Amino acid sequence: MATTPRINIKSPELDAAVPALGPESAVIWPPRTRHQLANGLEVVLIESHAIPKFTGILYFRSGNAVTALETPGLAEITSAVLRTGTAKRTSRQIEEDLRRMGADLGTSAGSDTSAISFSGLAEFSSELLALVSELARQASFPTDEVERERRQMIEGLRIERTTPSFLASERLRHVLFGKHPYAFISPTEAQVEAYRREQLAGFYSAQYRPGNALLVAVGDFSSPAMRDEIERIFGSWAPAEVPQPPNPPLPKLQGRRVHFVHLPESVQTQVLLGNHAITRQHPDWLRLSLANSLYGGAFNSRLVMNIREHKGYTYSPGSGVHALRQHGYFSVHAAVRNDVVAASLAEIFYEMDRMRALPVGAQELDDAQSYLTGVFSLGLATQDGLAGKLSGIYLERLPEDYLETYRDRIRALTAEDVLAAARAYLDSANAQIVVVGDREQVLSQAALFGEVTEYDAQGAEGN
Amino acid sequence: MHKTGLGLLHSNVEKESILNSLHIPVESAAFENGLRVVVAPDRAAPVVTVGVYYNIGFRLEPRGRSGFAHLFEHMMFQGSEHAGKMMHIKLINSSGGVLNGSTHYDVTNYYEAVPSNALDRVLWLEADRMRALKVDDENLRNQRDVVKEEVRVNVLNQPYGGFPWLDMPPVAFRNWPNAHNFYGDFADLDAATLADVQQFFRTYYAPSNAVLLILGDVTPESGFALARRHFENIPAGPLRPAADVSEAPFEGERRGEVEEKFGTLPGIAVGYRAPDRRTPDWYALAMLDQALYGGRAGRIYRKLVLEQQIAVDAGGGINYPVGDVFDYNGPALLVGRLLYKPEYSAEQALAAHDAVLDEVREHGIDRDELEHSKVKFRSDYVSSMEGGQGIPRYGLMHYMACFTLFDGDPHLVNSILGGFMDVTPEQVRAAAQKYLDPKRRAIVIRRPTKKGAA
Repeated sequence: MATTPRINIKSPELDAAVPALGPESAVIWPPRTRHQLANGLEVVLIESHAIPKFTGILYFRSGNAVTALETPGLAEITSAVLRTGTAKRTSRQIEEDLRRMGADLGTSAGSDTSAISFSGLAEFSSELLALVSELARQASFPTDEVERERRQMIEGLRIERTTPSFLASERLRHVLFGKHPYAFISPTEAQVEAYRREQLAGFYSAQYRPGNALLVAVGDFSSPAMRDEIERIFGSWAPAEVPQPPNPPLPKLQGRRVHFVHLPESVQTQVLLGNHAITRQHPDWLRLSLANSLYGGAFNSRLVMNIREHKGYTYSPGSGVHALRQHGYFSVHAAVRNDVVAASLAEIFYEMDRMRALPVGAQELDDAQSYLTGVFSLGLATQDGLAGKLSGIYLERLPEDYLETYRDRIRALTAEDVLAAARAYLDSANAQIVVVGDREQVLSQAALFGEVTEYDAQGAEGN
Repeated sequence: MHKTGLGLLHSNVEKESILNSLHIPVESAAFENGLRVVVAPDRAAPVVTVGVYYNIGFRLEPRGRSGFAHLFEHMMFQGSEHAGKMMHIKLINSSGGVLNGSTHYDVTNYYEAVPSNALDRVLWLEADRMRALKVDDENLRNQRDVVKEEVRVNVLNQPYGGFPWLDMPPVAFRNWPNAHNFYGDFADLDAATLADVQQFFRTYYAPSNAVLLILGDVTPESGFALARRHFENIPAGPLRPAADVSEAPFEGERRGEVEEKFGTLPGIAVGYRAPDRRTPDWYALAMLDQALYGGRAGRIYRKLVLEQQIAVDAGGGINYPVGDVFDYNGPALLVGRLLYKPEYSAEQALAAHDAVLDEVREHGIDRDELEHSKVKFRSDYVSSMEGGQGIPRYGLMHYMACFTLFDGDPHLVNSILGGFMDVTPEQVRAAAQKYLDPKRRAIVIRRPTKKGAA
């Protein structure tokens, strides 16, 4: 290759010892500005000049939970349709304008939030923000677009009902959250059929309000100039009181139970188990994060090493802590070979119980702390990463110095902290075990772990 | 000429700006053992990304050993001379970093993103496994089991698994390297031996068949010095054997059908032969790809999903869906993929897709449409320089590796955009006529075995 001539250099033999880590570099989070417009819109800005782009997310603190008890999925279809027409632009104009600006735009809704996320070339940042504002304030919900999206959503639901990971998540949320809105991650076909355009428009005009919103922007801009632009574009947005989602009590879950979803002809079994845990505001959050990382939250965690690297039962097992706004839960997942469902569950519980029974050793603790603090700082390197980190903090109204103090707070945790968190939140005795697979092949294995309730892939109880 | 401080390594710095070029600092060198080294410094965050790319992918795995290149990739995490099983994973995670590898048509990569104080350690680990793999039968059995579960979770137990990336090659191609099952038949995975592993390693994992990339918080001086310390005395090994991956042009339309065991919607995919990279046609077809398959603004999604509502989902592109316009080095396809409503027949879905392509063959695309497609292409490209796969600078690493191994020049990453930006409407129309030929293509249909919801 012309550009890389070969040169003869002598070099020493490879050292057999693992090189030590160098001194840790300071992690300096770039300065951010935070302000609130008179209409209540909260704005957080970070400059990032590595590439000539900017990225942002406009969040609303209202998601599917708001209407889940009457109209599940309403936030989701509202977000899908809102990009298909405004007072000023047709669907085609919106999409072609985005392309002209080199922009990507996504609309989505989860349990607690609805979001318009966007990124584009910095040279178009004002124009893109103006389009985002239009989508947030002047969406027109064209009737034919509602009908198109309704049909797409139904077809999508039918496919989800054949997807093991979806069926498992749906069932676990039902079991953990009972009559709480968090129980519903997806509507039924009949519920989608029943959506009326007025319901979408009503959700939109009630919830897409500046006092309910957070705008995070990261990119190649000057913060003072961007602040002025945002004031100009979003300043006239009228505020309104936003209704809060209901918060009925959660079911009391005593003892392990098995919730078996029959998916005929499965050549693999999806295992997902979980229990109630905590939200991000809880003082134990970091303790639990560290315990989770040791248990199954990292590649070199105990669970992954055991059931993947030693036993070869599964490809991508793991555990996670899920903080919704009102409640949180802990979960463990693995898609395993059909003949080792019982063996996998035995190891999953063995590792949970080991976390609860014995304090973690000093070296393993130190390694896990280094993992969490290191990976946290990887978020510094991209606009997306920065926007994600900021969103987590400001959406959940965490302390302003959360980023800056995170590494020290993780470092300060002890083996006793991890043990206490595992005992409180890796609740193996009361874990709810969801198994999605072929009844003939795996039900008898699952039944070893608790009383079984059976479901079909449509969500109906019984067999 | 930039001086690296070693005084021994040749390096390259940016040429002066030309229109539509980027200005990412890139320096490169080659060691006597043939290893290419690329350093792209950016000190903004105390994070460094390291990649080692080998010029071998699933196209050239041994016959009778389908899926072997990917199985082998797993074996590279199972132990090397001084770092036994689990050490790679443990040492990277406990340094505060993440790691992974992936197998592509023509390259296999191994990469880590870590706080920059772990750079020496990461390079030591990568050098150790380039020097000598140390694995046993138990490791092989273990990873064979893991890979089978990977295939099940991604393909065999998943609606539309492998559609169309595993379905299309055996229909479209005739030469085994291009046409076989890249994830692997289980019988072939079972047949793989430790001897195969060591043979594959000796054949394809020599430094002369690899490029090392260091990106982020590193100076070129220290990057090259560390690379030299760890890699420079790895024996050169044999040159990569020549291989014939050539593929005769399509004659006629080739069709295949695959049962869809889970999903409720039928699917259809259409593949047309794509030109070789960095030919004039390639630049033009890439812009046409953007205009046709570029998201919701693209003609296919707009017409078929949003307007006519025959399809529920539509996507496509050159080397879609497991690769992109830059990361192949052999016969490739421009693929369109639809999931369509069950009240339509496959012929109706195909006819709707054909009508969109007929339109561009006849009239080309508008000048504005082309210019806007260029803006979107440029914007996406710029984003890939910063991230990708949740890894800082993954796209920059990936493209520089391909440009080094396939084209001999990592600096193309800064200049390649120009060729796309120069494409004219006439070239797009000519490319449409030449490549989107309904008489020379491959079609795969996914037919659900169940009616409606299960």
